[in-house]
Amino acid sequence: MNIRDRVAVVGVGCSKFGEHYDRSLEDLVVEAAFEAYRDARIEPARIEAAWVGTLESGYSGTALADPLKLYDIPITRVENYCASGMDAFRNACMAVAAGMYECVLVLGFEKLRDSGRRGLGTFGTHPVVGYGTTAPSLFAMAANRYFKTYGVTKDALAKVAVKNHHNGTMSPKAHFQMEVSEEQVLAAPLICSPLGLFDCCPTTDGAAAAIVCRTDVARSIRPDPILVKGLGLAVTSGEPYLKPGFAYTGFPATRRAAESAYEQAGVTPKDLDLAEVHDCFTITEILNYEDLGLCAPGEGWRYVAEGRASIGGEVPVNPSGGLKSFGHPIGATGVRMIYEVCQQLWHKAGARQVKDAEIGLAHNLGGPGAVGCVTVLANA
Amino acid sequence: MAGIVAVAVSVPRYRLPREVIAREWGATAAGGEKAVANHDEDSLTLAVNAALGLGVDGPPADAVYFATTTSPWAEKQAAATIAAVLDLPPAARTLDFTGTLRAGTSAMLAGLDAIAGGSASRVLVAAGDCRIAEPDSPAEQSFGDAGAALLLGCEAGLAEVVATHSVADEFVGTWRTQGQEFPRAFPGAFETKFGYGRVIAEAVKGVLAKVRIEPRELATVVLPAPTPRAPQAVAKAAGLDPKRQLQESFWTTLGDTGAVQPLLMLAAALERAKAGDLILVVGYGDGADAVVLRATGAAIPAGHGVARQIEVKRTLPSYGRYARFRKLVRKETVATESSSPVILWRDRKQLLPLYGGRCARCGTVQFPKHRICVECADANGLEEVRLARRGRLFTFTNDYLTESPDPPVTHAVVELDGGGRLYVQLTDCEPERVAIDMPLELTFRKIHEHGGFNNYFWKARPQ
Repeated sequence: MNIRDRVAVVGVGCSKFGEHYDRSLEDLVVEAAFEAYRDARIEPARIEAAWVGTLESGYSGTALADPLKLYDIPITRVENYCASGMDAFRNACMAVAAGMYECVLVLGFEKLRDSGRRGLGTFGTHPVVGYGTTAPSLFAMAANRYFKTYGVTKDALAKVAVKNHHNGTMSPKAHFQMEVSEEQVLAAPLICSPLGLFDCCPTTDGAAAAIVCRTDVARSIRPDPILVKGLGLAVTSGEPYLKPGFAYTGFPATRRAAESAYEQAGVTPKDLDLAEVHDCFTITEILNYEDLGLCAPGEGWRYVAEGRASIGGEVPVNPSGGLKSFGHPIGATGVRMIYEVCQQLWHKAGARQVKDAEIGLAHNLGGPGAVGCVTVLANA
Repeated sequence: MAGIVAVAVSVPRYRLPREVIAREWGATAAGGEKAVANHDEDSLTLAVNAALGLGVDGPPADAVYFATTTSPWAEKQAAATIAAVLDLPPAARTLDFTGTLRAGTSAMLAGLDAIAGGSASRVLVAAGDCRIAEPDSPAEQSFGDAGAALLLGCEAGLAEVVATHSVADEFVGTWRTQGQEFPRAFPGAFETKFGYGRVIAEAVKGVLAKVRIEPRELATVVLPAPTPRAPQAVAKAAGLDPKRQLQESFWTTLGDTGAVQPLLMLAAALERAKAGDLILVVGYGDGADAVVLRATGAAIPAGHGVARQIEVKRTLPSYGRYARFRKLVRKETVATESSSPVILWRDRKQLLPLYGGRCARCGTVQFPKHRICVECADANGLEEVRLARRGRLFTFTNDYLTESPDPPVTHAVVELDGGGRLYVQLTDCEPERVAIDMPLELTFRKIHEHGGFNNYFWKARPQ
């Protein structure tokens, strides 16, 4: 079965992303959900089922039922590392496409700043194997291997940070509205060599929501629903560092998920007007260009350096500011990407609007590059 | 005739100049430097790594005796861990010798007895000591850390045993009670004269009398050296020529390495011994042990030799770093994480002797030994394969985010010789000089103490 044109997004919402020491998870969830209800012009009672994506800020369907008082309907919690949000969206789309429901809610969230933890946690649960691993360390090892393989240096990464921070200044809901210079990025303290502070996304609180309907129902709700054209998910080894032969210059999970999504949508990377991709670290965005087929392997660093990923470029990547500038409340991110692509396709993205955008891609990556999730959306 | 078949030592890479300690406390420096165990080393890992130096996969032995005054466990045997890392059969006899500085030589004598008695044909004596001295005390400049391993067997190998002798002697000279953190010594020359001097003289006399050897016939004499000069007077009193016969103690370069010291010195003596040389080894503490050996002159592989182990080093930049390594200063903000004795037990074959799997269908060597091949998904089961202890660096990062007494933590993907990849930390390295493709060797280390116990696994370091 192909998902193309069977379901559509009729409304999206997103809380302000940032360090919300003074706001609870409930505040953020309500903010995102009610913006989505308003956007779709529907009442909460219209929601027949819901999916909630979070890595660890809540458990079970009650994580959504309680803040929204959305009781007595089926709600499923989805956890798939940092791709939890987009996989929640994907599961919601499939249930609607299967004919079970007409109108459902997807919501992703994470409240990271309630703990004083430095950076994101580790993924391992073994007492000694992989001990001390941090999220940036897993991607820093890819950066060093990429540098060695293609003869690239650290300044290639800085260009991603500069671009995404620039885009973030035009994104009112982003965590940061702050330009950074290449010099600032290169001079920042090291977190995991070669990644410095500005190569890493921040630790952010936030929630994002989307309302998904069967396409015929969607058209009755609004004249311009955003059609879901393709959904891809691929899971590869969660221990790539132990996998013999793993090249560490890209993530097969992204490649497989993208192939699947492109095939369902009947598009190629050339057809895309914009892409929201998972730039948890600057190196990740460069690898994503290659894995998503925006350019050839080994050319990703050139793609950003030549301005092809900028707004106005070949395929603008992360016009929202990306994880780098918009922030990365883990479970929220995948849904926040859907939010941004919809804003762009509705031409409501303000100063960061990509001209004449009609087809957009969103890419969410989980774990050490282990879970790839790709969504292709287009105007009806 | 029982003898020493092989010998190897393991000296930590770090050195702390005595000048750095003296400056910290406004004291006088005794000169030279001392060997300091890295924060991930203890007496057990020093002993294991010495034992691994006896042969690539460790020696086959039917008994393991661990000797130390500083076992990482007050209750639980360390020799069992060593036997597991070396992949010795369950029938191996394991025993810890501790409580006295003479534990190293006593373990050696017990091993020789086991061989003479026929209960073992090969005994591994693995010694490690990591004595923590009271800050701002003379002992702090003196104590050094090291490991040494002897493989004893029925054949002469490097040296045959000519005679042994022991003296038991009740003497409160150096001690540490259950409640005390640092070893103590009665002030003044009391122990030097009435303990150390008297008891060693008695042991030397006793062993030589057994085989009617004159002191001057000895090529080399190993006497414990709590200070560089202590052995001189004893040697003279025993009719020895200190200049010609006394083995260098390495006090100046490594410090007083405790229960390991006589074995470390013996290793050095054996390295340069000619066939027929008579070597006397003495251990001291609550009595003394004395062993006379006749060297065969057989060559010892240089890799784990004493000279090389002393030569390869890094200087600790500060007293503060040393204090954190030895937990003389504590951080209260360290994360409280858990561990699982259950998982460590279940995975013991992979974690200690480091077994991986080889796919019978595609031949891919992998760690851990998965149920289904990670490469071709063959589900017919992998065969167990012991992974190589050497490899090269595939990729890495220096991680400043992970909490460590010695930041940054270098995470490394190691491509092992003979196949398989490991994901481990690098240790004993200079982070800024780590580079892809550099040759690495594995080293057994303490990873952390979560769960309230010692968690061990492997790390890698530059060859």
